[in-house]
Amino acid sequence: MIWNEAKECMSRDELADLQSKRLVKVVNRVYHNVEYYRKKMQAVGIEPGDIQGIEDLDKLPYTTKDDLRDTYPFGLFAAPQSEIVRIHASSGTTGKATVVGYTRKDIDTWAECVARALTMAGVTRGDTIQVAYGYGLFTGGLGAHYGAEHLGATVVPMSTGNTKKLTTMMIDFGVTAIACTPSYLLHIAETLEANGDIPNIKLKAAICGAEPWTEQMRLQIEDKLHISAHDIYGLSEIMGPGVACDCKYHKGLHVFEDHFLPEIIDPETLKPIGAGQTGELVFTTLTKEGLPLIRYRTKDLTSISYDKCECGRTLARISRFKGRSDDMLIIRGVNVFPSQVEAALLEMGGTTPHYMMIVDRVNNLDTLEVQVEVEERFFSDEIKELENLTKKIAHAIQQAIGLAVKVKLVEPKSIERSMGKAVHVIDKRKLV
Amino acid sequence: MKQLSVFLENREGRLEDVLNLLKEENINIISLSLADTSDYGMLRLLVSDPEKGKKALRENGFSATISDIVAVTLPHKVGGLQQVLHTLYHAGINVEYMYALCTTTDEAAIAIKPSDLEKAQKVLEDAGAHFFSEKDMFL
Repeated sequence: MIWNEAKECMSRDELADLQSKRLVKVVNRVYHNVEYYRKKMQAVGIEPGDIQGIEDLDKLPYTTKDDLRDTYPFGLFAAPQSEIVRIHASSGTTGKATVVGYTRKDIDTWAECVARALTMAGVTRGDTIQVAYGYGLFTGGLGAHYGAEHLGATVVPMSTGNTKKLTTMMIDFGVTAIACTPSYLLHIAETLEANGDIPNIKLKAAICGAEPWTEQMRLQIEDKLHISAHDIYGLSEIMGPGVACDCKYHKGLHVFEDHFLPEIIDPETLKPIGAGQTGELVFTTLTKEGLPLIRYRTKDLTSISYDKCECGRTLARISRFKGRSDDMLIIRGVNVFPSQVEAALLEMGGTTPHYMMIVDRVNNLDTLEVQVEVEERFFSDEIKELENLTKKIAHAIQQAIGLAVKVKLVEPKSIERSMGKAVHVIDKRKLV
Repeated sequence: MKQLSVFLENREGRLEDVLNLLKEENINIISLSLADTSDYGMLRLLVSDPEKGKKALRENGFSATISDIVAVTLPHKVGGLQQVLHTLYHAGINVEYMYALCTTTDEAAIAIKPSDLEKAQKVLEDAGAHFFSEKDMFL
């Protein structure tokens, strides 16, 4: 099934025409509505008239997360507040959130993209879907929710946190589809398995995203639950979930190119590189009104293929992610930077203590432990005081990154010192 | 009384490392208590030379500190310790931790970390308690 055959299967020539028209429009929009972009373009001597189509794309400057941070909160918005109907935000490196805004049309576009992704996974209006992403500032919950409603499916807005209620409703409501992080779905699968409930569910499809996972994990989920599991990709800056998704052939994720124009660049030279080669994924939003971004560097490493897929879609496909070009961690779907933890610790005592973040996956749920060296200024001979200290540190870190964390006090000098760039993260999650 | 306190991770051999260091510095251990949590332990020691012990431990990468505690001797009879705690309780003083001391006399002794050290010393003195001092440790 294809949700929007006209767009998802259009010829590459027609698509290029559409993309060119839309690119010209969005470049004009940001030039005239966003002072930051106007200055950025003027700085490299570019005017909207210089951009006639997608062949002129590489004349435009890149946008990075720093640009969003510098213009926090609304500096890159290209629509007035009266047109913005929704705000989402994700955590940033300095504790300041990355804020994104949507017009009513943006919300519709987003729902359309998620509906396409759900259709790729075989979900139809005849299905009942549990959305078990977090609802709130995070784009996952509401993004999947609106898409599933747009599709016409019956939505059960579970959010996260209560696996028992989720599995009970999955059985009682005859739920046939689920949207959540892959690690959470594996956890759900194991809970069902442990209770002997696998035969009692009617689940047939899952769309999972918001964190990196491997093909092996996808197959494991399919095998355990006897379903079709799909990888949905997105980032809040560009839209949220629904930028790309894999079809039943699972040979890469189809990018909804009529809305998001992808490029692959060499992260060192910043030059575009050819199809099939691995580089950093860059997106230009073609239809966004609230927060259009020009050549936004995602930091995600992947390659792209323009070959027509067996499913009939002509949309380009990006391969599974090979990693990230910076040090951002994705833990339980939340972006976490070591510098946030550092900043939280710094605020507590004037100088940064030595620390190490240990990320692991226990029972298929990501865990974060932060080891902090007990220095003289933290020291007390009373356990009560040390426990208070532990709680205080945990609270400060939790405030900074928005994730529950286990803090473990360790002896001074017990954290390995690095000669070069400090190593602050040990990621024990097995994704291979 | 000065107590030497050392933070220990729950790892094999760490306690022995501390004891070995004290041995090499020729520091005698009079009494000790070890409080444990799931992640770490707190070793509290009464030693012949706490300052020297602290210095040696810190130089070898341990978190060590000196804290003040109150130590009192107790007759070997029923209710001796209760009497001491009764005095503290009625003065509104909380006990953070306490442990028994090794003595060479006929009396028992107890080390107490009170919530208010000065006040504890005063009320115990007023109640006629006998303080255990460094001198008593080497009798």
